[in-house]
Amino acid sequence: MKPAPFDYLKPATLEEALAIKAQLGEDAKVLAGGQSLIPTMNYRLVQPAALIDLNELSELDHIHVDGEGNLRIGAMTRQRRVEFDSTVKKVAPLLHETLPFVAHPQIRNRGTIGGSLVHADPASELPVIALATGVRCRAKSIHTERWIPAEDFFMGMFMTALQPEEILVEISLPAMLSRTGWSFMEVSRRKGDYAMMGVATMVSLDGEGRCAEGGLVYLNAGDGPVKAKRAADVLKGEKYSEALVEKSAWEASRKEIDPFGSVHASIDYQRHLAYVLTKRALERAFERAQASDI
Amino acid sequence: MKKTLHRFTLSVNGQEHSCEVEARLLLSDFLRHELGLTGTHVGCEHGVCGACTILFDGQAVRSCLMFAVQARGHEITTVEGLAAHQDRLHPLQQAFWEAHGLQCGFCTPGILMTLIPFLAENPSPTEAEIREAISGNLCRCTGYQSIVEAVELAAERSEKS
Ligand SMILES: Cc1cc2nc3c(=O)[nH]c(=O)nc-3n(C[C@H](O)[C@H](O)[C@H](O)COP(=O)(O)OP(=O)(O)OC[C@H]3O[C@@H](n4cnc5c(N)ncnc54)[C@H](O)[C@@H]3O)c2cc1C
Ligand code: FES
Ligand code: FES
Repeated sequence: MKPAPFDYLKPATLEEALAIKAQLGEDAKVLAGGQSLIPTMNYRLVQPAALIDLNELSELDHIHVDGEGNLRIGAMTRQRRVEFDSTVKKVAPLLHETLPFVAHPQIRNRGTIGGSLVHADPASELPVIALATGVRCRAKSIHTERWIPAEDFFMGMFMTALQPEEILVEISLPAMLSRTGWSFMEVSRRKGDYAMMGVATMVSLDGEGRCAEGGLVYLNAGDGPVKAKRAADVLKGEKYSEALVEKSAWEASRKEIDPFGSVHASIDYQRHLAYVLTKRALERAFERAQASDI
Repeated sequence: MKKTLHRFTLSVNGQEHSCEVEARLLLSDFLRHELGLTGTHVGCEHGVCGACTILFDGQAVRSCLMFAVQARGHEITTVEGLAAHQDRLHPLQQAFWEAHGLQCGFCTPGILMTLIPFLAENPSPTEAEIREAISGNLCRCTGYQSIVEAVELAAERSEKS
């Protein structure tokens, strides 16, 4: 239970970190909060030759709204800071609502937004939120820079579109449409544990109260965050009714998600949870959208 | 790979220490083996049990999920730093002692260090809030009930004082 030796590198600037990454590529791992990386190193499941510690790079630790109304969060911003940030609460209420479900406070004190996304655990909450809210990820290498939409960022279990020489530097979360409601719900054995099932939803209404845009994304429901497109289509152009959310929940839980089951929850139980959670989350999202005055 | 030693200073319980360590040395092992502060316990080394919780610049963190080199220039508080005097317990420790908030005591240092910032932010928590605050700390003995009571006792007293 002790990590194998590695070279510890602590760049003073992002430029320097990118130069190291360009030189060492896959052999050097970025050390963010360490809350997923260090456990796997303690188990010696990974034995990187070098770690690039980004923890003192204040340029990657920020929260602000840009000129176009997008919420920008630096990759090294701690999850706990985002949880209590008043701007996040106002402009990204779904993210705000979800953060307390990510592990325990002690883990969120170290864990970062970027680290959780790059780790890309299908059971994690933040990749689900990234997909549900249409996040774009800004990746940099020494010579290149690109924005990767969340849809293309997650490539499967613990896999992302990042290249070996790239570092995730920030994310951009678009402003919510008007008359939008949201909800995140999950069920876990113990508060702070990885959930057995969870769903994030956003519902935007038109002037007549019909659903103009809807989204449903699930955790622990496949080999990455799982978007239930057909279940969202069920909602389009419709007003809220119990029958409507039941139909959508059925589509998602029976046909679209593909949970694996575990000692904590069988596949049938996960589908059952998805059905119940979807109904409740959609109900809550419609309520919030109807109550919204912007 | 050559074995490189990193030299730096850090503050533990208000005392400056200079040290020389390998990068792979976990902060938990550094505190226990290099400084002899064995109050910080090590249960799982993968972040689950909470026994190794310490304060890092005043915030509760897992010392098994940090490297000692990362503490360079930072302030650390361990359970040994709680009581102001050798013969007088910190009020939270006193409440744990009186309300039987521990049996074997293995989980206790981590739970105390988790609760210090929690009670500072939320001096009169509800039972549900207390249970949530310690949800990241495993206790095999008490069944948690007496821990919750100890926290309630400590909160009640600090309200009065
Ligand atoms: C007990 C426990 C319970 C947990 N429960 C949950 C939970 O319920 N839900 C949940 O979502 N998570 C949970 N986690 C994981 C936690 O949220 C981690 O904080 C998170 O997954 C990783 O973030 P980090 O900043 O610690 O990244 P690290 O562990 O430092 O890094 C993770 C990976 O991403 C890479 N990386 C990190 N940042 C960058 C970057 N900017 N650019 C390129 N690569 C990068 C690293 O090289 C590494 O491969 C739990 C962890 C523990 C220990
Ligand atoms: S030893 Fe650190 S959490 Fe268990
Ligand atoms: S008192 Fe024994 S583990 Fe908590």
